[in-house]
Amino acid sequence: MELVCPAGSLPALKAAVENGANAVYFGFRDSTNARQFAGLNFNEKRAAEGVDYAHSHGARVFCAINTYPQPDGWEQWKGAVDRAARLGVDAIILADMGLLDYAANRYPNIPRHLSVQGSATSHEALSFYKDNFDIRRAVLPRVLSLDQVRGVAKHSPVELEVFAFGSLCIMAEGRCYLSSYLTDESPNTRGACSPAKAVRWQETPQGLESRLNDVLIDRYGQGESAGYPTLCKGRFEVEGHVYHAIEEPVSLNTLDLLPELQALGISAVKIEGRQRSPSYIADVARTWRHALDELEAGHDGFTVEPQWQQTLAGLSEGGLTTLGAYHRKWK
Amino acid sequence: MLKLSLGPILWFWSRQTVFDFYANAAEWPVDTIYLGEVVCSRRRELKPDDWLDLALDLKACGKNVVLSTLTLIESEADLRRLRRFCEQDEFLVEANDQSALQVAIRNRIPFVTGPSMNIYNTATLKILAGQGLKEWSLPVELGKETLEQLIRELQQEELDLPAEVFSWGFLPLAWSSRCFTARHYNLPKDNCEFRCLQHPDGMELRSRESQELFRINGISTLSGSRYDLMRELPDMERMGVSTVRLSPEHQGMEEVVRRFDQVRRGEVPASDPLQLVEAPPCNGYWYGKPGMDLIPT
Repeated sequence: MELVCPAGSLPALKAAVENGANAVYFGFRDSTNARQFAGLNFNEKRAAEGVDYAHSHGARVFCAINTYPQPDGWEQWKGAVDRAARLGVDAIILADMGLLDYAANRYPNIPRHLSVQGSATSHEALSFYKDNFDIRRAVLPRVLSLDQVRGVAKHSPVELEVFAFGSLCIMAEGRCYLSSYLTDESPNTRGACSPAKAVRWQETPQGLESRLNDVLIDRYGQGESAGYPTLCKGRFEVEGHVYHAIEEPVSLNTLDLLPELQALGISAVKIEGRQRSPSYIADVARTWRHALDELEAGHDGFTVEPQWQQTLAGLSEGGLTTLGAYHRKWK
Repeated sequence: MLKLSLGPILWFWSRQTVFDFYANAAEWPVDTIYLGEVVCSRRRELKPDDWLDLALDLKACGKNVVLSTLTLIESEADLRRLRRFCEQDEFLVEANDQSALQVAIRNRIPFVTGPSMNIYNTATLKILAGQGLKEWSLPVELGKETLEQLIRELQQEELDLPAEVFSWGFLPLAWSSRCFTARHYNLPKDNCEFRCLQHPDGMELRSRESQELFRINGISTLSGSRYDLMRELPDMERMGVSTVRLSPEHQGMEEVVRRFDQVRRGEVPASDPLQLVEAPPCNGYWYGKPGMDLIPT
């Protein structure tokens, strides 16, 4: 299985490659990718350096252009595909049907990967993208259980990549409009969820409050650790009860599932987190490299070393990890 | 004149409630009725064949009927139900994900797309037009400006693809593998006791300052405010919108339909407010603002 790591900057890209990533993925410094953060991502010159570095170290490079262009943005998004092609990337990660069509016709020789934002949750959906845009690989949404991944993998017409570690979206990706409901930006339109520009922190007599476009997302008592106010991870009130009504702030960690994912013929495991620091990327990549190497070696079966879990837990939201939807009980 | 449609029921209602609702709706001035379960695969008060029977009845009453497919397809069982809707050619199918697109295209049956299908540009519409798309819905997070551009570009391409706009009701905003209603009751999703039946309008999710943010409805999350574009009807007609979608609620729906009908006929000013169950109105998306905003017009 290929280890695919995030690169939000050139130092992060290098950290990923140095610590065992088989492939890295990056986006341009604008709304054309789903991790639009201030100060993050690549201009064309930096991207060229990154592609050179990765290729000279035997790693592949994927370019994510996985948001949805509206008529106003069509030329800009098409331009991003052209730029990725000029850079000689090994694949372009796309979600929008129009853009997939453009890339397939204009650059048939550059492999197309369906982004998780393309929201394909069945082998029929994968066949749609394969038949129409000849995609080579698809990234599966984090909503499927392992049994469901098994079902998809059995009939999949394309290679599959699954999320292995990082922040957890619990909504079907690519079709979640919660962020644009509270702010004016969503992953689909602007590559941003719960955008930083709309976040406000406030010390109050009741505790530290986090707000998104003035909406109270959470309030922390003394001793509670505060997290970024991703709107689905706040504490809300439903019928008089205040709790994490949608989801707790935890990270996805599928280390335990590696043997099963391998048995299903999954081609690649993906690490989330282009917004993370180079040292975070280095730690995560190194840990997963060890795990994958052990898995490949295959002697005495595969056991997850406590050290790996400890490292990953230390890097997770709230220090907590979950198997997410892969684990049926989670539902 | 603008057409009116009744979207698929997004809530979980008992079998009898659903039949009663459509028995009444048959008499309402709506042109199109969408039928089918679009939210949760565990909601089976009506089987696919029940929906098909209902479709025949409503067609006999002069309604244009469209069969809607599940939004989040997760299993072979979901696919089997989807195929059942795509094995007939009497009714159009509303494809709510790419699985449905694939099956409809393979079976060569004409289809329309619902608001959860990501259609953000003309290139996407052109691809689907070549495969049997007859009408499309604007994604809920897009507004008037984008829609105007899309309609203009379609005209330039000489493509006749009528557009539908979700115009009244709680906005469907997200779908998950997890069930938030079951979570509220501390029940596993697979053994949820069908608690959604107790909440025919979903459950209100508020901030700790009592701001109505969302409505929990099984695996789906809807807006906490009610989207209301009644005042925009004249503008929609001018732009060339084909159909105005009203999303079913279990109370007061007839009044909503009749008022929209009067407004589209110019019998009542579009600005006359329509007061119903307590929920704040919103229209932000239409103006390119946060969806929850209410822009005075």
